[in-house]
Parts: sequence; C-alpha cells; structure tokens
Amino acid sequence: MSWLDKIVPNVVRSSRSRGQSKVPEGLWKKCVKCSAVLYRPELERNLDVCPKCDHHMRIGARKRLDIFLDEDNREELATDVEPIDRLKFKDVKKYKDRLTSAQKSTGEKDALVAMRGELNGQPVVAVAFEFAFHGGSMGYAVGEKFTRAAQLALSEDIPLVCFSATGGARMQEALISLMQMAKTSAVIERLKQQGTPYISIMTDPVYGGVSASLALLGDINAAEPGARAGFAGPNIIEQTIRQKLPKGFQRSEFLLEHGAIDMIISRHDMREKVGGLLAKFTERPAA
Amino acid sequence: MNPNYLEFEQPIATLEAKIEELQLVGTDNDLNIAEEISKLREKSIKLTESIYSNLTPWQVVQVARHPQRPYTQDYIKRMFTDWDELHGDRHFGDDKAIVAGVGRLDGKPVMVIGEEKGRSVPDKVSRNFGMPKPEGYRKALRLMEMAERFKMPVLTLIDTPGAYPGIDSEERGISEAIAQNLAVMSRLKTPIICTVIGEGSSGGALAIGVGDHLNMLQYSTYFVISPEGCANIIWKTVDKAPLAAEAMGVTSENLEKLGIVDETIAEPLGGAHRDIDGMAAKLQERLIDQVDRLSAQPIEQLLENRYKRLMSFGNV
Repeated sequence: MSWLDKIVPNVVRSSRSRGQSKVPEGLWKKCVKCSAVLYRPELERNLDVCPKCDHHMRIGARKRLDIFLDEDNREELATDVEPIDRLKFKDVKKYKDRLTSAQKSTGEKDALVAMRGELNGQPVVAVAFEFAFHGGSMGYAVGEKFTRAAQLALSEDIPLVCFSATGGARMQEALISLMQMAKTSAVIERLKQQGTPYISIMTDPVYGGVSASLALLGDINAAEPGARAGFAGPNIIEQTIRQKLPKGFQRSEFLLEHGAIDMIISRHDMREKVGGLLAKFTERPAA
Repeated sequence: MNPNYLEFEQPIATLEAKIEELQLVGTDNDLNIAEEISKLREKSIKLTESIYSNLTPWQVVQVARHPQRPYTQDYIKRMFTDWDELHGDRHFGDDKAIVAGVGRLDGKPVMVIGEEKGRSVPDKVSRNFGMPKPEGYRKALRLMEMAERFKMPVLTLIDTPGAYPGIDSEERGISEAIAQNLAVMSRLKTPIICTVIGEGSSGGALAIGVGDHLNMLQYSTYFVISPEGCANIIWKTVDKAPLAAEAMGVTSENLEKLGIVDETIAEPLGGAHRDIDGMAAKLQERLIDQVDRLSAQPIEQLLENRYKRLMSFGNV
C-alpha cells in the first residue's frame, strides 16, 4: 500500500481499488513463450495460437473437437463411462476426492471426450484428451472410452482421429492403467488389420504410457508445432544420465527429424490436412 | 548386517550365523552340538515362515529385487534344452537387456524372450541393468513374429526396472517400439505365456507382457510406476516408497484380485533365490501345463479369448 493510499479516507480507498478491478478478469492473456500480452477474444479467434510467435497454447478437449469437427451431426460417445477407484487409492488425499474436484473444475467425468461427427462432410470418430483433468492421465475411463470409440470406428469402418495431451498412465489406478495401454493398442491393431484409418495427433504434452501405446500407433502420427512428446519426461532422463538435454529435445521438430512422426500440422491447417489425408485413405478404386 | 539377507530378514541371518559357528566348533566336540544345530535350524525355518507369511508390499518389492534372485538366464539354463540364443533387431543392434532364443520345453520347440539384469558388475553394465532400449523390444518383436511363422509358443520372462530413459532411447523411438509390441502381441497367432519373475516395471515390462496367460512368481512385483517414482511425485521424497507400494497394490495377490494376473506360482521358503533349482522346476512344470492347455485350443478361439481378455481390463 502506498503512502497516498494510507492517507486517503477509507471510502475513497475502496472505490479506488474497485476501479482497478474494473478490467474483467482474464480479458488479457500473456503468451508463455514470447510474453506478448494478447487480447483474449482475438486469441480465441486465432484458435489459441499466439499471433505474435505462433505458440500453440493448450486447449480443452471440447474446444479441440469443436474446432475440428463440422458443426452439424455431432454425437458424443460413451458418456456413461466413469472413473472407478478400484484400489481405494489414498495418498495425502483420497483419489476419490481428487476425482471429484477434477470433475468439478473441468465439468468432465474423466480425461477423454469422444465424438462421432463429420469432417468436411466425411464421417469420422474423434477423441480428445482433457489435460486439465488429472494431467490428461489414462486410467480405466480414458482407456474404455477410447476403446469404445475405436470399436465404433471399427464396426462402421469410419476413420478414427485422436488428439492426445497427457502425462501418461494414471498412477492412482496402478496396473489397471497400465493395462489400458494393452487394451487400446489391441483395438487399434484391429483397425489396422481391417484397413480403417487411424490418425494420431500429439498436442503438448504426450508422455509415458499414452505415448508408448495409442499415440504412436497411428497410420499417420503427427504433432502440433512445438509439442513435447516422449516416453520418459526430461527430468527423469536428466536424473538418469546426469547431463543437460539438447535444446528442442522431444519437441515436434525433434520427433520429425528422428522419424517418429509423419508431419507437423499447425492448428489452423488441422481440418484441411487431416481431411485431405482421410479422403485419400478412404477413396477406394472403382471396381 | 549380512548383505545376503534383506533388512527385515536380519533376525534369520543372525540365527544362520550361529548355526554356522556351531558347525565349525562341532567337528571336534561332543554330540550335544548336533542336537543344538538341528534345534536352531528348526527355529530358523519357523522364523522365516513367520516373516514370509506376513510380508508388506514394500518387502515383496525388496525380495523381487534381491541381488541373488534368479534372473532370466538362470531359468533358461534350467528349464530349456537344446537352447540357441538369437541376437539383434536387424536395424540397429543387439540389446543385451533382452535375452531371446529358441529351445525346447519338455521336448517341444518354444521361443523364449526375457529381460536380463545381469549378475556380475561388468555383466550388469553390458545389459544396462535390465533396462531395454528400442532395439531390445524390436528384437523381441522380430522373434515373436518368427515364432508365429514356425508355430512356436512364445514364453516371456519379465524382470526390468523399466525401459531405458535416455536420449538414445528417445531418438530411436522407445515409445513406438513398446507400442508396436503391444499391438502385435494382441493378435500374434501363437500362444503367449508371460511370467513376471522379478520386477515388472511399467511399459518396459508390458512391452513383452501381452498374452494369453499371465503368471507372477509369489514374491515378484508389477507396477505402473516404481514405488520410489510414485512416492517422489506424491510425497516429494523416495522415503515414502513403502506407502506408495501399499497404495498401488504391487503384489500378485492384489493383481489377481483385479483380474489382471491369472496365476501366482509359489516360491520356495524365503524366496526363489533360496532354492533356484526348485523354483525353476516348479515354473517349468507350470509352463508345460499351460503350453499344453493353450496349444490345444483352435487358434481363432485363442485369439478371440485374448482379445476379450484385453478388452475386459478394468471392467468391474
């Protein structure tokens, strides 16, 4: 509090502070990469990509699917799937309570949203991870939802697209989480055997058990610019090898360079690029 | 402290030391000593029984990581005849953290793939302490596909602190290597039997762990993240690893309840390292039985059952 504030009467002081808070909360957002202060409505029009430095900010699962799918003919899938606390896991807090608070803060039942819809009029099943829910971690509910979405894609021969954003397997469901890796990989393998396309788009970040299963099993693996993806987190690797990691390690550009992904797709081009790929994959030669 | 015994086993070590001492004295002394020794032996067995009947999950993890615990090669030597080790992924190199080859189980050809931690220090270093890199998993994949062609059952032995977290691992696509194994193992047209013989750590274990039947040795452990790693994330200290082990339920007993593990194979008193021959014989006997049972199923049926089982993980 400045000396001026101290000497002005209370009434005036409170109105002053009210005056300061008249700028609505969150109307401006600072880009974490270039520190530019951005006008939020404009940022949203730009799909949460910084207009100054092209940094792709994290976006929620619903928003992700909303900007990806055509507006019409959307249907949410597997809405009845809920997380189960089979282990009655408890650390400093109960897992059950952690789930409840994540559900409250995100409005989602768990960390995956699945929809059937269209992309430029072509039918598609699309799923997206909600990173704000428990770091987008995969436990039973995420694995089950992904699997049901993939099974629909399989039975109707509709392409599957996944946007991942996750820290990996969910510790609190222990081995059940690990087994979701096997489960999702098995259903993806059936898509592959049948010739139903699966496109995996990694968005910042994708690590651990999800990276070592569904995220890297696409017919096409792609990533948004600057997204980090890998098996082990940079901290773990630094602790293991006791040396600093090279600049850009595990970023999309690194993944492309090392042959892990087919391409980097900017958020602005996502619909067009994925649509174009799927059109080529699903066009069958005339009999 | 006797390094051959874990911390919670030290009372047994003390007794055993006494027995040894008496034995040395005993050679030139009267008969009472023999009686005393046999009494002490009995006491030692009772003590071991009582300690082992009540192990905490964290103690099980310690037995699973015991420095004298039998490793993949100890079992291969004892369980298979006509053994030929096979090497390399055909793309980059030969990862010694994974030992693989063809041999005979009860006279029938089998493909064996196991993670190997290594015994002596140089051996451990050359095997990267049992932490496979992408080329290890790709060697496993190559040989599993070969087993499919030659209609040989695949037997895997799981024992790893995890897939190797290093720059080279990431550069060569460790995630993709693991993921590919999960996908292919889900549909490989030959029986796959997986056994956790020591430490089954996360994706590095699962990468050779998808199949028709999952065994765990009684004091082996299987987890999604090491208790130390879990404790570090939640409590910010590895000292809480015992609590993390408890919370995650890392033992075969818990995992059988969750429907993930099919069978627990009993270990000799005091753990597999107290009687390696006995343990190998027991495991061999179970594997023979399991191979016979699974081989008798029509392959389409086997694959459908495997897929259903995979799809059921986590269902109540």
